[in-house]
Amino acid sequence: MKPFSMHTGLAAPMDRVNVDTDQMVPKQFIKLCTREGFGRVLFYDWRYLPGEKPDPEFILNQPRYKGASVLVARANFGCGSSREHAPWAILDYGFRAILAPSYADIFYNNCFKNGILPVTLTNEQIDEVFKRTEKNEGYRLTVDLEQQLVTDSDGLRYSFEIDPFRRECLLKGLDDIGLSLVHEADISAFEKKHMHVPAMNTPLDVKFHNS
Amino acid sequence: MAPRTLYEKIWESHVVHEEPGQPALLYIDRHLIHEATSPQAFAGLKAAGRKVRRPELTFAVMDHSVSTKNRSLSLLDPDAAAQFEALTKNCEEFGINLFDMNSQNQGIVHVIGPELGITQPGCTIVCGDSHTSTHGALGALAFGIGTSEVEHVLATQCLSQSKSKTMKIEVRGNRPHGVTAKDIVLAIIGKIGIDGGTGHVVEFTGEAIRGLSMEGRMTVCNMSIEGGARAGMVAPDDTTFAYMEGRAFMPRGKDFEEAVQYWRSLATDEGAQYDSTVTLQAEDLAPMVTWGTNPGMVTQVTSRVPEPSSFQNPVDRKAAESALVYMDLKPGTPIENISLDRVFIGSCTNSRLEDLRAAAKVVTGRHVAKSLKQALVVPGSRVVKAMAEKEGLDKIFRDAGFEWRDAGCSMCLAMNDDVLPSGERCASTSNRNFEGRQGKGSRTHLVSPAMAAAAAIEGHFVDIRNWKNANGAE
Repeated sequence: MKPFSMHTGLAAPMDRVNVDTDQMVPKQFIKLCTREGFGRVLFYDWRYLPGEKPDPEFILNQPRYKGASVLVARANFGCGSSREHAPWAILDYGFRAILAPSYADIFYNNCFKNGILPVTLTNEQIDEVFKRTEKNEGYRLTVDLEQQLVTDSDGLRYSFEIDPFRRECLLKGLDDIGLSLVHEADISAFEKKHMHVPAMNTPLDVKFHNS
Repeated sequence: MAPRTLYEKIWESHVVHEEPGQPALLYIDRHLIHEATSPQAFAGLKAAGRKVRRPELTFAVMDHSVSTKNRSLSLLDPDAAAQFEALTKNCEEFGINLFDMNSQNQGIVHVIGPELGITQPGCTIVCGDSHTSTHGALGALAFGIGTSEVEHVLATQCLSQSKSKTMKIEVRGNRPHGVTAKDIVLAIIGKIGIDGGTGHVVEFTGEAIRGLSMEGRMTVCNMSIEGGARAGMVAPDDTTFAYMEGRAFMPRGKDFEEAVQYWRSLATDEGAQYDSTVTLQAEDLAPMVTWGTNPGMVTQVTSRVPEPSSFQNPVDRKAAESALVYMDLKPGTPIENISLDRVFIGSCTNSRLEDLRAAAKVVTGRHVAKSLKQALVVPGSRVVKAMAEKEGLDKIFRDAGFEWRDAGCSMCLAMNDDVLPSGERCASTSNRNFEGRQGKGSRTHLVSPAMAAAAAIEGHFVDIRNWKNANGAE
């Protein structure tokens, strides 16, 4: 996973509450077996007219937001389906950080597995960021994970909270699975002990025949 | 020991490793996988040279993209075919039990888990699917995960997790006639909002929940995620044990007795504290219909499509305005005046035998409205399908003009060939009415199976509480 420490980039506004992961990557694209290439289909139904022609009405299609890498969003961002294709698409499109007042649990978790930093700010702070993003063409934000700060060149300075362990993993780009495998001996010991809990972990030996 | 909740008991009995300032390493008892969210996990596993740690605790099924018209159609879509092939190969390579699309035990992953007894009380269960919360109905801790976490569980049989907050949702009193589990959970989401449960594991309690069958409890827990909750649970009781006894993967005889003893000890202790509590009175509930583009945009069947100006919060007002544009509904329209193009009875929310019986009871001796383009019944599993056919439900549905299908997710998310065309309106027993969920530009209204069946007969929504059977009896 690509580490994240600090990022400065063009901000783009997604001014809608409850943006669900079905909107980020519609179902026809979760049939692919890869993790790459989902940037093209991000917000597909909103973004394209028939024939995959960019819809000029859609916010991210406006020339001023081309190349945006900080997504400014509203509450409960990423609700719905657990599909990790959503953060894959966000990353592949070019976003490295998201700012929103709240996120759905599974999506939030999935972001950290992919080197995306989802920053949580207050509603008032998000309102202000929206205002500045929309008002100033070429508006850029700096998201500093080390300092836990969001800043711009015009005096905006918001600190944010983040779970220290998640922060550490993102800063170092740590492989989660590798971290867990360090505890191999604990897992084996647990399995031995856990076996004795009735029904919980006994080998399931019922065989089914596909007919 | 201080009194503990059901969630805390299961959590504590599954902690493998814990240290301050870090998430716990939590053991996973059952890992369910399907074709749509697992290929990248296996690819990652192989790239790192890792193995599946406990293949015998991993269960795979094909459900999301399978055709429910004819299995051979499933393979016409090359992307879907590639996912089926990947799942088959991965299961062969790692020795994982696979219920493929032709297995007699195939079905929607959240239907077959409980049905086969793979889901058990006190277990931790994960799946790369948000509706994994369904399994909490049996008193398990079950939640949806992303594909990176699927890979993590394959490799370690553990997940790195932080403890959630707890929420008690108590539904007091008795469910009135015509009010189902689906209406209860839609009313709950309407009350707490679609992010009301974020960061929480919900335990559903109260007489109205206790009074539900296992299938009804599964419907309620299934939609916990639609209220934003990490998981939903119901403490195991005699209803649970009666449901489980004799199922294929359940322990037998003395082992089952011992297991029941243990499972009984899981119920929340008297005096245990929850981080928050929500209370509903069952007598106040009515059949529910969603009018908007998320499950929290819901009202009673006797109500009207709301005026966006009735929402205090400007954010909600704006969301309601845009939802009504998408849904092509005018504020003030009585819900019962909304006409439909199609009806879908199925999904991991409402496709079990009890759901099909409820719908069949409504349509017996009647026929779907002429104005309807299609009415579909998609059983949740092949076992459900076989049981329903044994009771003659397939004939009742066919005689009434419904299509009777094979098992799968089908038009809940339209990954197979059942796609709701743009601009069309569907009464659906599924769980999400998001924009484009059933097909680009499609319009979904979530309802219970009985309400969907009645809407199919009349061509518009009707209050199931006033429904008379063809022979005149209520």
